[in-house]
Amino acid sequence: MTDRFVSRGFAGRRRDADADRAGRIPPGQYLTDGFPVLSAGPTPQIPIDQWEFTIEGLVRAPVRWSWEQFLALPARDWTVDISCVTKWTKLDTRWHGVSIDDLLAAVELDPRAQFVTAYSYGGYSTNLPLSDVLNNLAFVAYQYDGAPLEPAHGGPARLVVPHLYFWKSAKWVRGLRLIEHDVPGFWESLGYHNRGDPWREERYSGD
Amino acid sequence: MIDERLVLDANAVAGDLAELFGIDLTAVIHRCAHCGNLGPMATLLAYVHGPGTVLRCSVCTDVVVRYVRTPWGTRLDVRGAAELRIELLG
Repeated sequence: MTDRFVSRGFAGRRRDADADRAGRIPPGQYLTDGFPVLSAGPTPQIPIDQWEFTIEGLVRAPVRWSWEQFLALPARDWTVDISCVTKWTKLDTRWHGVSIDDLLAAVELDPRAQFVTAYSYGGYSTNLPLSDVLNNLAFVAYQYDGAPLEPAHGGPARLVVPHLYFWKSAKWVRGLRLIEHDVPGFWESLGYHNRGDPWREERYSGD
Repeated sequence: MIDERLVLDANAVAGDLAELFGIDLTAVIHRCAHCGNLGPMATLLAYVHGPGTVLRCSVCTDVVVRYVRTPWGTRLDVRGAAELRIELLG
């Protein structure tokens, strides 16, 4: 067999861009440009003057913000890829909101706090290790694509945890409860994976 | 307010329920554990577009039945149904 020196064809930037996008799609997922609406129940209608967000549980003193107070918190833009366990992935979604780090800065954490339950208007809940919401890994968003977050997508405000399947990104989020021992949330208690890392295809309990 | 785009009645999942219970459940009367409403299972509000299926009371919208199909089987939670009335045929 002759060794032949084969140069790679000139692919140009477009293919590089395509390869970059392909490399951002976790296994078993397909790319969508739409934004599917998934819900386990009716969309809560939350009068904005009654909306509040609470951090409670293993903290020295719980903290509660009204909508006006929440908007006054330090916020920033986030551009993130999101993956739903129903197999769609959406790239470069643009959000505006407050990091969980900045929210937790308002409380004094009990060192026993290892897990978080995010709970929502309408009764939904999801569980996360505390380490999965720190260091700018998660935020509470109230704008999407430059506009107020629509109720169908979780408005007035939703949790966003982009590195985990999107059921962890609780819509209509109402608060975070810091706990010592993990408590499975709405889908986690019924067969979905406890952590839900799309890159490991952690869809179901046992994956 | 119910989002009409997402909700069906439980007739939409009659096949799933028949597979799980071995009988047609649509006419079976359920009692909502939250508000006590009595009604045929077919009147439940079905949310089928999420990771699993959620059937809610048509009066108070609390969860009556929810289930997830995994590659290993179906996980079913019926805590929201305080009672099911299954009548004998004939």
